Amino acid sequence: MSKAFRFWGLAPAWALMILTLIVPILIVAGVSVAERGAYGGFDWAFDLTSYRQILFTEGWTDALEFDPKYLWIIARTMLYALTTTVICVALALPVSYFIAQQSARVKIILIYLVTLPFWVSMIVRVYAWLIILGNDGILERVYRLFGGADVSGFLFTSGAMITGMVYSYIPLMVLPVYASVEKIDPALIEASHDLYGSRWVTLRRVILPLTAPGLMAGSILVFVPCLGTVLEPMLLGGGKQLMMGTLIQTQFGGARNWPFGAAIAMVLLAFVVLVLLINARRMPRQSEIGL
Amino acid sequence: MSRPSAIEVVNVSKKFGDYTALDHVDFKILQNEFFTLLGPSGCGKTTLLRMIAGFETPSAGTLLLKGKAIAQMPAHKRRVNTVFQNYALFPHMTLSQNIAFGLENLGWDKARIRERVGRMLEMVHMEDFAARKPDQLSGGQRQRIALARALASEPEVLLLDEPLSALDLKLRQAMRNELRALQRDTGITFVFVTHDQEEALDMSDRIAVMGHGRVQQIGTPIEIYEDPKTRFVADFIGDTNFLEGEVIASDGSTATIRTALGTDVTTTCENVSGPGPATLSIRPEKIGVGEQAEGLILTSTVLSRNYLGGFTHYTVRVGEIDLRLSRRNAQSHQDAFDIGDAVRIGFRDSNARILGQ
Repeated sequence: MSKAFRFWGLAPAWALMILTLIVPILIVAGVSVAERGAYGGFDWAFDLTSYRQILFTEGWTDALEFDPKYLWIIARTMLYALTTTVICVALALPVSYFIAQQSARVKIILIYLVTLPFWVSMIVRVYAWLIILGNDGILERVYRLFGGADVSGFLFTSGAMITGMVYSYIPLMVLPVYASVEKIDPALIEASHDLYGSRWVTLRRVILPLTAPGLMAGSILVFVPCLGTVLEPMLLGGGKQLMMGTLIQTQFGGARNWPFGAAIAMVLLAFVVLVLLINARRMPRQSEIGL
Repeated sequence: MSRPSAIEVVNVSKKFGDYTALDHVDFKILQNEFFTLLGPSGCGKTTLLRMIAGFETPSAGTLLLKGKAIAQMPAHKRRVNTVFQNYALFPHMTLSQNIAFGLENLGWDKARIRERVGRMLEMVHMEDFAARKPDQLSGGQRQRIALARALASEPEVLLLDEPLSALDLKLRQAMRNELRALQRDTGITFVFVTHDQEEALDMSDRIAVMGHGRVQQIGTPIEIYEDPKTRFVADFIGDTNFLEGEVIASDGSTATIRTALGTDVTTTCENVSGPGPATLSIRPEKIGVGEQAEGLILTSTVLSRNYLGGFTHYTVRVGEIDLRLSRRNAQSHQDAFDIGDAVRIGFRDSNARILGQ
């Protein structure tokens, strides 16, 4: 392969990456350091006000005061994303293990069922939870049917939000975890039992370590989109609690503060890159153990 | 043979759906014995081994380990360890961690585990590899670590599931001797599963030949080879000529059979209760040819010749029937017989066996 071909052969891929990924990010980065326009939009003038606004507010005397309200939003976003990831891990492990033990034909069907929700629009799927959790919704009716008290208020809670996030992103956890679990030689599990390992020991010392690469990949795939999620906080959380995703959306929409929205987006991007970097540093260690 | 038994298999049957893997199997494995379950694939030997390990439960019958019933005991509570066919070493652990795994689960203290792991590595000559991972080892080295791991806790019984089948020929030969020596040194009961009759004859104190889900015969390697009790055993162990015939006289332990050979043969018999159809079995190396012919002398024509270095195999025709025979090339190959040659062959009556139906 000639040097020229190696360069020009990859040109379409480069062009696509630059036009659809690098350029938009650069635009957002540019907007984040621009000046807010008087009637929305922005003016091309270098201004770091937006970043300052994340940590400080201007008091009555024009003096800057530290205000953690946006830090709380960032922290809350992290917490919810982490909670969602942990719940997804707890659910995906037994599901993957179950699928891996089925016959080849059943495996294909079950994996297909796991991915099935992806064929339906995300908005429709989240709306479905409105019907399940809503006032006089399916959950409340079932609860009453079994003699429960007249309750309401499942909807518009952080529980509803996390339920929606777990539901939306769990296929992204199941698939890589299943790929890891499926590769485990059943003889290793027998060997563990043979060497006096109870079920718990076998899970903790054999199955979990061997599933670690899949759990890591799945956690990234779930955690990262959870950081920027918009639909679940808006529809299921009722917009009561701001998350980074909804905050950004509001700045570009109602609040008409594009530079501030772009600045939050850059912070979000920084967190995502950080998570990916931490994971990348872990990778060589995992390949060393032959996985 | 008044030693106590390590394992008693009591009337065990195992069915998988309609398929009967084990059919009323009943025998004892003695303590400190190198015991081999030998048979073709699908004979039930692996099912039986997995049952002793605790990975299968019998459909009927029971298992005793040193007199205690274990058929329903979970695998991790049995003082029985297994060397798996593909070793099943934990890929995410070092060799030391692999060996320590069982000891940790037994709740040994750290110092004792460290001392034992060191001793096991020494035993299999792998001291310098303690910190390696299994994927950095050759097949033979993995085999040794699998052995060390399984023997570390000094189990009552060590189960070996065709552990040599993944090794190349030369290594296999060396490992046979190592395994045998290890069994003598540790005094642990070994239950070895194989389909390789040579391995079984070479290593075992006693062999159980299995076929069609049943134990066909149990005995020392010499008994199994020299005195097969059934046609299945005679056929599976070594090579033999089967001649169909009629028993014309019998007294329980010996019988006289008339076959197409043209001469009646009188020798030890099995399962012969009176006149009727039976089979004469005579092994190729028991038939002498040329100057080595003795006993019952017959004339034959050479049909084919296979020169194998130490031995030459001939197929000869006597009257209507073909016999395979093996001649040791003790002198030189100069005196070989050619195809079409008329040769004298002969065997002693006492070297043949009459097997009933």
